[in-house]
Amino acid sequence: MSVWQKLAYAVLAVVVAASIAAPLVAPRGYAKQDREQIDSAPSRTHWLGTDDLGRDRLARVLYGTRISLLLAPAAALLSTLLAALIGGFAGYLGGAWSRIAMAITDLFLSLPWLFLLIAARAMLPLNVSPLISVLVTFLLLGILGWTAAARVLCASAASLRGSDFVRQARAAGIPPYRVFCMQVAPNLNPVLLAQFWISIPVFILSEANLGILGLGVAEPLPSWGSLLKELEGLVSVGAEPWKFVPLILLVIVVTSFQFVLSRQGELAA
Amino acid sequence: MKNLNTSLKSIRSAVALLALCLAGWQHARAQGELRFCLRTEPKTFDPLKVDDDASATIRYLTGGVLVRVNRQTQQLEPELALSWKVSKDGKQISFRLRSGVVFSDGTPFSAEDVAYTMQKLMDPALHSPTGDAFRSGTGNVETRVVSPTQITITFPAQVAGLDRLFDQVAILSEHSPKKEMAVLGPFVMAEYKAGASVLLKRNPNYWKTDAQGHRLPYLESIRLDIQPNRDVEMLRFKRGELDLINTLDSEFFDKLAATSPQWVHDAGPSLDSEQIWFNQVAKSPIPSFKKTWFRSQVFRNAISGAINRDDLTRVVYHSHAQPAIGPFSPANKFWFNASLQPQPYSPESALKALQPEGFHLENGTLKDKDGNEVVFSIATNAGNKARERMAALIQDDLQKIGVHVNVVTLDFPSLIERMTQTFDYEAILLGLTNVDLDPDGEMNVWLSSAENHQWNPQQKTPETPWEAQIDQLMRAQASASDARRRKEAFDRVQEIVVEQKPFIFLINKNALSAVSPAVHGAAPVILWPQTFWNAEWLSK
Amino acid sequence: MRHLRWKIAGHALTLVVTLLAGGFLSASLARLAPGFQADERELDPHLNAESVQALRAERREQSNLLRFYALYMKRALHGDLGNSLSLGQPVASLLRDRAPLTLRLLGQGLTLAWLLTLGLALTATWSHSAAYDGLNTFFSGTFLCLPAAVLALLSVLWNVSAALAIALIVFPHTYRYVRNLLAKAYSRPHIVAARARGVNDVRILFWHALPVIAPQIIAVAGISASMAVGAAIPVETLCGLAGIGQLAWQAAMGRDLPLLVNITVLVTLITLLANSIAGVLGQSMRRHEA
Repeated sequence: MSVWQKLAYAVLAVVVAASIAAPLVAPRGYAKQDREQIDSAPSRTHWLGTDDLGRDRLARVLYGTRISLLLAPAAALLSTLLAALIGGFAGYLGGAWSRIAMAITDLFLSLPWLFLLIAARAMLPLNVSPLISVLVTFLLLGILGWTAAARVLCASAASLRGSDFVRQARAAGIPPYRVFCMQVAPNLNPVLLAQFWISIPVFILSEANLGILGLGVAEPLPSWGSLLKELEGLVSVGAEPWKFVPLILLVIVVTSFQFVLSRQGELAA
Repeated sequence: MKNLNTSLKSIRSAVALLALCLAGWQHARAQGELRFCLRTEPKTFDPLKVDDDASATIRYLTGGVLVRVNRQTQQLEPELALSWKVSKDGKQISFRLRSGVVFSDGTPFSAEDVAYTMQKLMDPALHSPTGDAFRSGTGNVETRVVSPTQITITFPAQVAGLDRLFDQVAILSEHSPKKEMAVLGPFVMAEYKAGASVLLKRNPNYWKTDAQGHRLPYLESIRLDIQPNRDVEMLRFKRGELDLINTLDSEFFDKLAATSPQWVHDAGPSLDSEQIWFNQVAKSPIPSFKKTWFRSQVFRNAISGAINRDDLTRVVYHSHAQPAIGPFSPANKFWFNASLQPQPYSPESALKALQPEGFHLENGTLKDKDGNEVVFSIATNAGNKARERMAALIQDDLQKIGVHVNVVTLDFPSLIERMTQTFDYEAILLGLTNVDLDPDGEMNVWLSSAENHQWNPQQKTPETPWEAQIDQLMRAQASASDARRRKEAFDRVQEIVVEQKPFIFLINKNALSAVSPAVHGAAPVILWPQTFWNAEWLSK
Repeated sequence: MRHLRWKIAGHALTLVVTLLAGGFLSASLARLAPGFQADERELDPHLNAESVQALRAERREQSNLLRFYALYMKRALHGDLGNSLSLGQPVASLLRDRAPLTLRLLGQGLTLAWLLTLGLALTATWSHSAAYDGLNTFFSGTFLCLPAAVLALLSVLWNVSAALAIALIVFPHTYRYVRNLLAKAYSRPHIVAARARGVNDVRILFWHALPVIAPQIIAVAGISASMAVGAAIPVETLCGLAGIGQLAWQAAMGRDLPLLVNITVLVTLITLLANSIAGVLGQSMRRHEA
């Protein structure tokens, strides 16, 4: 393990620990409104200041970490598995299978999924708890997020199909699914890891954007996405650098993830 | 002494001369382009079909009207009509028109054009809000051109506040080959780039002149950029790329006020209100015990009393709003019922009032007499920061009386579908943009049979005695020709609404706007269009 | 020769079927999602009951999906793409007016994104420095973590082309794929051996690494076009650019079925073309390699 990787593990451990210890670090809670101190700058009582309803920003970041850091990687894993399954098999099998699978992938890439999400929201009762709503949202993101990677995986698997070692394995009479699992799947790693890594922040942000459809976290629950959305009022945020903390934290976490994911050899390559 | 007098006189005349020169110089240099934003794409350029804010802006700037509500005094003033008279039965209006006026393309204006406009406007197939406002009974509208400058228009039934409705009617030319592009207003449409901008140029044939005889408008052109994002609008305003922001958000107002206080204007409470209402529709797909709560005046009143309106105005609107009292804002000078008092914030009295109905607190949760927890959702449109914040504050307020609120933000079409067609909602938080001063413009809100009677629309017969009473009073005010009697009837409507709380009125926003110091003559008001109501007098 | 003709016919058929399915599915999604029957104008208190009913009837006309789509296809075959409900203009002219801006934006955005991607990925591969690689990850991660709206607003704030915003939205994705693919290729035994022998970096890249991963990189290029189209929606909407992305957003929010179907067909066409070209190129490379 390189120094970088050790550092990355340490960063992730600290972030996870802080989010678990949120009630101790920020005892005010994420929902408590201090209406006399709205949008205040960092102070002794509020280390990261308060938001526009007077809620403690630090508490919101920490509690938001619990949701985003747990659910986004889970959804990313789901989408990566789907991509591997659909893209990998399509490329490996080739021919008509590949063409049909890729046509479906292209359709998935171009359809206005917004409406599916709107319909999904309509199917949930209005009184759904914020937690269920956010779970459903990440599940949907996981189910819909596989397309881009599937295309690249299909190309990877197709290259491998023609490679010498796969031909030899097939000639030796090894069943195709075993060849896929033993020979092809491990070689799809670079794309799968890229997909997994990219999906984490993308899903975190998408969750916040789905707020406009009544999906995602609902008041008063915080998520990193909803905290990052504050940056959209950038015209005013510029003068208040502490509002960038969620962004910096997310970037650090995402970078750490990359170090953890990349192998020793690849890091130095 | 005589000398002193003479010198004073000469000084005075010198000053007067200087002022005159300055005024002349100002007009001579007043050849600027005014720039501001439209927040949506205008849906139509036909002034008769206008039903959105962007199209209404273009109609206001280009259309010539017979009479105009002065946005400052709220009084009706002559424009293309020199005088007018409404018959006693309220069915007929006669106008005496200005002579010598021509359309932007040079076509002369006469009573025939007014007749033509009214006939087109009242075509039942047009389905325009402007036309519908005049429609009070079945039958045709008759127009009688007495002379080129005199016309009488007769409606099949009485139209309340008839003369004021002409504020919205831009007169079209019957004979111009340019059709609706020939206008009588201060500006003409010059260029439209879909999705990007609309350019209006000065109408060289506009009839108004200033005291010195200069033909108005002073401005050479107006550029309207289509820009839905308020952050970008603000950014461009700060950069000097825009001259006006017609309705400014309170947080932007404060930020701008901190750096350039002379650029921002708070004209005081506007006509707009924000309110919550509960679903009282009998056939709505919500549990029946919730319907019972929502149909209870005691429940609605208690919820209303447990909302801290002062905090809403202070936290959400940074004190650029007033707690709302009733359906009309105090800004509506004539129609507001001044005897109404704001409801005091008191969670304790709210709880106490709920007890006789069987509501009780159990471990911090309010339960009804059957033991159902009082939980409901408040839906609002996503993307409106102020509403989202208000919902979060209300959620917190109601938690204090043990009521659990789920806040749901929905995209606007989904929300409207729930509100008007499926009735699948519990409570909605929305705002009412009020452009009309006259209560007659709100007949479709208060009549129980109306489509916009949001809490329980399209009732065949009024389902509650108080709604029956409102129906009767609204009809009475519409048919009374005497302003005092109309006011009495509508005062009572306001009292009933405040008592029954079908709408729980929360706040009246202040009219906030920003005007660049480069613009001369601006006097922002509370009525739409706040900053450019006197566009023909503005200069740059 | 005959085989090739069949192959081309097969590809063309897939293309047409996918396009038609795209149009139909998007219409179905929009139709089935709530809000389709609702019109904002209904809330105008001035409208009387008849006018509200007329508004609803206008929507109902399109509520029969099959009939709508059959009519749409019939018209489309005659070159008439229908009229936009929300803007009241012919869809064909709306698309024609706005296409150049979007195409230019996408072209510039993608070029910039790929310059950044290749520049960073290659230097990271050649530098052999974990610190530099980490720095690049941090840099691309930052843009990945920024909401698209923020990047669009920044481009307005700093008065730079919106194409840069699109590039910065797309590049973290392409960078990660390309960097991982390169790292994997460079860990192959023969390349490790070649590097150990001190073979020139450029030679290793073109002779040993690229031939192995070219099909995948071309596939990434194909999907980057879809990503750019996706990025154009918030960027154009926020920057007030009258392109197809802005139109797509208006169509979605206004439940404007005719406009929406046409835009989906157009986006599907762009996606299919980009990916098909990538597919064909990739295939020929594999064959070449084999």
